[in-house]
Amino acid sequence: MSATKSSDFMLKIKQNMGFSIAVLLFTVVYFLYHLAHPKGFSTQVLVQNSNEVFSLAMLAMAQTVPVLLGGLDLSVGAVMTLIDCLASHLLEGQGVSVGFGVIVCLIAGAAAGFVNGCVVVFGRIQPIIATLATGAVYMGLALFLRPIPGGKINEDINWAMTNALGDFAETVGIFEEGKASWFQPIAGIPTALVLLILVAVLVWVPFRRSVTGRTVYAIGSAEGAAFMSGLNIAGGKLAAFTLAGFLAGIGGIFMAIQTSSGNADIPMAGAYTLSSIASVVIGGTSLLGGTGSAIGSIFGTLILKVISFNFRVFDIAPLLQPLFEGLVLLAAVSLGALSILRVKNQLELFR
Amino acid sequence: MTDMLKSISLSRLSRDDKPIAIAAMFILVILIAGTVYTLDRFGSAPLFSPGYLIQQLQIGSFLGIVAAGMMLVILISQIDLSVPWTLAAGAMTATAVGGPWALPAALAVGLFVGTINGLGVAYLRIPSMIFTLGVNAVMRGLMVAQTGGFAPQTKATDLMRYLAAERTFGIPHAIFVWLAVSILLVIMLRRTSFGRSIYAIGNKESAAYLSGVPTKRVTIIAFILCSVLASLSGVLLAGYSTKAYQGMGDAYVLPAIAAVVIGGTNILGGRGRYLGTVVGVILIVLLNSVLSIMEMPEAGRQIIYGLVIIAMLLVYGRGEKATS
Repeated sequence: MSATKSSDFMLKIKQNMGFSIAVLLFTVVYFLYHLAHPKGFSTQVLVQNSNEVFSLAMLAMAQTVPVLLGGLDLSVGAVMTLIDCLASHLLEGQGVSVGFGVIVCLIAGAAAGFVNGCVVVFGRIQPIIATLATGAVYMGLALFLRPIPGGKINEDINWAMTNALGDFAETVGIFEEGKASWFQPIAGIPTALVLLILVAVLVWVPFRRSVTGRTVYAIGSAEGAAFMSGLNIAGGKLAAFTLAGFLAGIGGIFMAIQTSSGNADIPMAGAYTLSSIASVVIGGTSLLGGTGSAIGSIFGTLILKVISFNFRVFDIAPLLQPLFEGLVLLAAVSLGALSILRVKNQLELFR
Repeated sequence: MTDMLKSISLSRLSRDDKPIAIAAMFILVILIAGTVYTLDRFGSAPLFSPGYLIQQLQIGSFLGIVAAGMMLVILISQIDLSVPWTLAAGAMTATAVGGPWALPAALAVGLFVGTINGLGVAYLRIPSMIFTLGVNAVMRGLMVAQTGGFAPQTKATDLMRYLAAERTFGIPHAIFVWLAVSILLVIMLRRTSFGRSIYAIGNKESAAYLSGVPTKRVTIIAFILCSVLASLSGVLLAGYSTKAYQGMGDAYVLPAIAAVVIGGTNILGGRGRYLGTVVGVILIVLLNSVLSIMEMPEAGRQIIYGLVIIAMLLVYGRGEKATS
């Protein structure tokens, strides 16, 4: 019995080779980082890292969904920036108004994604070029909201979300202000990390297991076959882009909370979009669609970010950082492609 | 009545010519809308003056040369995202080397980057989207490490100034360079087996391979041409602005893709005429210029820019529904 179980496990690893390598690579590199860091293995470092990772991790998850369709969303960075600017107007107040603001921001993000989906599905324009255009529109809207960087976020929210769970409980006033004895073992976990796991478990996993989620995978594998099997192609695509907008919106809200301001920075939005594609690929999702997962993309983000963390602890000239990031990306995708060289029949290469 | 005439004449055009005709009409619309604005505001119509149009063509030639290379890559259903830093690297190399070797050195940079891109895409079969993205990051890293992250102090050579900024008979030389590139490209695409191979690969790579097209070689050459043209554009741009600077290519990649697509080239490859790309470039350059004459804030410009791309594609870029 246990033998079959372990062979099942090995099979799963084999089927998700890209993902497994990503997880392993991250674990090793991140462990080395903590070993070398003077304050390694402390809540402080963990909190700082989680905050830096969160927004890009959200964008990487967002990017994963259209990529699974066999498409691409070049507007995720713009949606994030738009929601960042929107949140810098809405999350200033106290209590209920902040909660209301968060909900409006989430809806706005999903709406932006839904518009992308409509252009792709009903306009029948290729996703890459459609989102290139809608991305420009969202950047324009963001610039209308914040022609110059600024705005303000409720300070309690900023403090609660960008620190450890203990600080969160203290600010919100739950679990005896975070002093409850049962709470102590987990009080040091960064809030952003918990939020990341919550989004993965509460948003991605149910989506992946729903009929809509499986439709997205089917469309990415073979759209014609999915259509012939009676799957709702239009619905699947709309859902995929809407989910992408929703996740990018979460990233935007967190970015506003973290920086306590809104900033419609066009180059930054572009850089985030490109990093999200890199994260998706490093996380083992195929750009051709049909295979991969948003969880893998989270690890892709972690790997990208951990490289820049390491630049701080190991004494490497910061000027070399972009070079190393590029080389790691190239190495990752080239290693993944080496199996191509073993293919005997050239025709198998064309898809 | 006129609408009917228009629809009849448009429907007679072939599938590849229709986008070009519509985009050309849209250029006229932009010019007329801009002129109405300037007449109303300043009482003059500078938009139809030869001086203004030639200046726009000069600015457009930098984008046009980049878009020409991008079109080749898009025609084989790939994409080249390494253009921004290939362009910047070409410019920085040219100004750093200086003297008579400035131009060859810059083109050599393009040749090198294009070869790497082509090898990765043709032999390792890594999706070009991600491979060229990585190459772009590496080029950026190399340039940042080389220059320390500042604009290099070196200046453009006389030849670069001559090619980009100086004029003969009132026409800037940059336009002649663009024209020469365009003529070579049209001949290549329409009259050589290499050009036909590009269209064949874009339509169905496996079929092209089975009919004996050297798909790998053609892919590599297409990527090389794209990178060489990007570095050439970088040299011209450095000549135009007398120096190279960080991020000088960042504003070129997405407009280049947009210009190619607005001109009717299918983003999935295999279809499109070069004339369309030229029209697309002119459309984008004029749209930018007219919006800035109207003192449109950056926010409005971005929105209009995005809406124009969507509108143009809704008219003629619609794909087919999956039905089998």
